[in-house]
This record gives sequence, C-alpha cells and structure tokens, in this order.
Amino acid sequence: MADSSIVGTRIRERRLLAGLRQSELAALVEISPSYLNLIEHNRRRIGGKILLRLAEALNVEPSVLSQGAAAALIEGLQQAAAAQESHRIETDHLEEFAGRFPGWAHLLVDGAARIHELEGAVKTLTDRLAHDPHLAESLHEVLSVVTAIRSTASILVETPALEPEWQARFHRNINEDSQRLTEGAQSLVRYLDAAPGSEADIKSPQDELEAFLDSHSYHFPTLEGDTGAGDVVAAILLDEAILTTDTARTLAGGVLKLYQSDARRAPLSQMATAVAAYGPDPTAIADHLGIEAVTVFRRMACLPSDVLDEVGIVICDSSGTLMLRKPIEGFLVSRLAGSCPLWPLFQALTQPGTPIRTLIRQTGRDARTFHAMAISEHVGPAQYNLPGPRRSYMLLIPERGPEHRPEHWSEHGPEHGPEYGGEAGTTAPAEVGTSCRICPKPGCAARREPSALKDGF
Amino acid sequence: MGKNVLVIEDEPNIIEAINFILSRDGWAVKTHSNGHDAMQVVEAQVPDLLILDVMLPGRSGYDILHDIRAHDRVGDLPVLMLTARGQKRDREMAERAGVSRYMAKPFSNSELLDAVRSLVAP
Repeated sequence: MADSSIVGTRIRERRLLAGLRQSELAALVEISPSYLNLIEHNRRRIGGKILLRLAEALNVEPSVLSQGAAAALIEGLQQAAAAQESHRIETDHLEEFAGRFPGWAHLLVDGAARIHELEGAVKTLTDRLAHDPHLAESLHEVLSVVTAIRSTASILVETPALEPEWQARFHRNINEDSQRLTEGAQSLVRYLDAAPGSEADIKSPQDELEAFLDSHSYHFPTLEGDTGAGDVVAAILLDEAILTTDTARTLAGGVLKLYQSDARRAPLSQMATAVAAYGPDPTAIADHLGIEAVTVFRRMACLPSDVLDEVGIVICDSSGTLMLRKPIEGFLVSRLAGSCPLWPLFQALTQPGTPIRTLIRQTGRDARTFHAMAISEHVGPAQYNLPGPRRSYMLLIPERGPEHRPEHWSEHGPEHGPEYGGEAGTTAPAEVGTSCRICPKPGCAARREPSALKDGF
Repeated sequence: MGKNVLVIEDEPNIIEAINFILSRDGWAVKTHSNGHDAMQVVEAQVPDLLILDVMLPGRSGYDILHDIRAHDRVGDLPVLMLTARGQKRDREMAERAGVSRYMAKPFSNSELLDAVRSLVAP
C-alpha cells in the first residue's frame, strides 16, 4: 500500500536521481528552497499545482510522486522478503527501495517468483522419481533384463567348448532380452521426456489403455455375439498402434477378454431391449436378464451410443486405486491426485454385491448432476475366512429430468444423507469433490489434506 | 550329485543362466518362479541354499524370507537374495528379515558363484 505521508521523500529521491540541487528544483517550480526543504522532509503536505509542477520538472508521472511504487510491486517485494530467512530484510524501506530503484525491484520480484516456480517443479520431479510406481516398475524391468543379458553373455564368452545347442539357446535368449531392453529403454525415455502434468504425451500403460479404449469409444463390435473359434482379442490388439508397451497390451487383453465374457452373458440385443424397457438401471436390467448386476454395470459402460448415449464409469480395486475410467463431461477424475472419499465407488467397497444409487454433483463451475450407481465384487477364487480382494464399479448417468429417468426411480428415490455427503431428508444431490487438493468444500469430514483453493481442515 | 540349490526368480532367462552356471559347478539346481506357493516349495524341497528374488509375483521375497526364519525346519536355511533395488534401505530391510547374503542386480556370474560357494560348501 502506498504511503501518502512520504510524498516529500519521493520528491527528494527523484530530485537526487535527476542530479538537481534543492535550489535548482525550487527555481524550476517557482517556490522557495526552504519551502521545498520542508516538503522534502514531509513537513508540508502538497497537492494540486505544486505537485504537478514538481512532477513535470522531475519528468515523472504525478502518481509516481503521490502514490509511490505500484502496490503489486510492493506486495511482490514483501513476498520475496517473507520467503527467505537467512537475512534481515529492511521491510520498512520497501516502498523507498521500489520507488528509487523500480528496475531492480522488478528484477528482484521476478527472480523470486521464478525461484518459487522452479522449486515447485523440482519438488514435483522429486516426488515423481521417488514415488512413481510406473517408473519403479520400468526400472526394475530394465535391470532384470540387463542382468539376464549380462549373465548369458558371460556364459557364452567364458564357457570353453560350449555345446552348440546351449550356444543356440543362449543366443536366442540374448536376442529376446535385447528386444525387451530396447522396448523398456524406449518406454522410459518417452516417459521421462514428458513434462510433469503435460498431457501432450501418453505416459503410462494405464494411459495407453484408456487412450486405446477411447479410440474405440469403449465399444468393440467384433466381441459382440458369437465371436467364433478365432482369437478375436488378439486380432484387435494385433495392429493397435496406441498400445506401445507389453504392459499396456497385457492390460488391454485382460479388459477385452472380460468384455467378451460379459458380452456372452449379456448380449447386445438383450441389453438394448432391456435399456429401452428399464432405462439405465443396471439392477433392474440384471434382474430382467437373470444375471449378476456387476456384469450389467460393465456392459452399460460399453454400449454403443445409439443404445445408451452418455455414460461414464470409474473402476477401483480394494485399495481405492483407480484402475480404469471412462470420462464423462462434468465429472472430473484424477488418477494421480487421489480421489474424493465421498464417491459412492468407495462406499460400495464396504458391502460387496450391494448396489448403491445416489445423486451426486462435484464442486466446481462446470459440474453436472449424475445418478451415481456403484457396486463391488470379490475377485479371484473364494477362500474360507478370508475377505479376498474386491473391485468396485461406479456408473455415472447424467440427470436430465423426469422424462429421461426410469419411472420406478421416482418411487424409490436415491439414497441421501450425511453418509453420502448430503443433508438428511433432502433430495438435493450430494456434493462430492474431485480430489481434496482442489476441492473447496468447507468442513468436510472426509478431507485428508488441505485444499489449495482455500484453507482445508 | 552336489548340494541342492533352489532358485526362486520370475525372470526366465535369469533362471536359465543361473541354472547353467551352478549346474556346471556341480550343484543340483531346482527352480520356481512365483511367490504364491514359494514357502510350500521350500518346505517340500528343504534345499541347502535358497536364491531368492525380491520382487516376485504373488508375494515379495521379504515376506517369504520372514516366514522361512520363523519356520522350525527351514529356519536356518542360507538365503542369497537378489534384487534390482540396491538402495541402502532395501539392503537394511533384507538384513532385518534375516538374509544371509544380499546381491544387487545386475551381478556377474563369478560374483554369484563366489557367494553361493561361501554360503554352502559344494
């Protein structure tokens, strides 16, 4: 904030910068040197014509004398001073400094801002190197292949009179491993080349999988109906350029095989008829088709748009780690930042097989209201007295008004209440977030870290 | 026939190389490639030495080593641990779990052979 009580100090500083004596400036503005002396020592308030004449004589804007350095510059200097602890900064002379040396002050403020920005980038990169599971897995893969190549090459070189069949075998192994090493190294380079937060490049196998599914609109006509004896999944993956790594191909293969199995249990024609009859209600459709609801949850996310035009899905495992997401406009999902604990997706994990339906809406300007339907299942073989791993699915269907809503839903309204982030007894959508870091929701009991948007906790 | 070495490692070409090196040195080598049932394999075979990878599908080498040390019959089994994670904290974790010898990947064949011979006389 500019201090109007030191206008005289600014005039004196400007006069000295201009190389004028007090008597010379006084003569230029037609006042006495003693009066100018009183002004320069802030013992006389001035304004109006004298201020304008002084500004003209000193070749500066009147506001430079009356208001001093820009408030933003002063604030920038204050922040720069607060960000360091090693030197005592004369903060009571900030305005004087900014007024006398505005160029240096700007340089200092810009430098401090740049340091802050670079420190943030270093922290992001450090976190990424230390905690990134994809990077750790890739490095492990590379080191394992290097170990195999080194041991095999040593055997070939150091073993006298190695039998031809062993030689051929080890040559083949080295050839295979060198190909894997090439893929692993290329994948690492691609990954490390991508700037943090950059969306310009596909970075992880999970990203590749989602890009692959998105390029097919999450629907694969060749996996619908009787797929015959050939390996249709392998045929789809054969020429898929988006899937550049073995890991991404393995993930995609798993997803497509499950798709194929689900499509046999809930054929497209039956799904289309059921959606037309019951609307986007997976439990009603499952009941109608006589199959388990979780299959219908997955099928609904993969239907062509002429059967069900807008549907999103988020899938997580028992740890809450997101495994797959089909984006839908108005509902943000960040796999890297950790999700909002209030999503029904996570509620469903606690009660496998029991579907949840609720209206939700994310905080934020572009949010829409969704019917969120979630269910979880046990995966893997059942074991006595062991809970086993689970997988949870959350379908997101936009709320578009009564005419688009299944009739029976109005009779059995969605669950609401504090456990879903809503108010008891209301029919308003429960307010959920994207991730705590960017969620402004005040007083949220589920918050695990402060929001960057306003004070958390 | 030499003494028995069990190799639990999920990288097939590393298994093949180790198998070759040790077999030529007179050891009877058996291999296994996952962590799920590794403990049952150790109990069934009771080898003279176990070469154990850390990152295995199903179960980590640290967990398997922990179970071995708590086991009545194979608790004293010499265990040579192989890992692509050679940081100090990984080594300390292996030592706390009771490892006999710890070797970071990539290693040379002679290093491996020396380590095996030092843990069990052939």
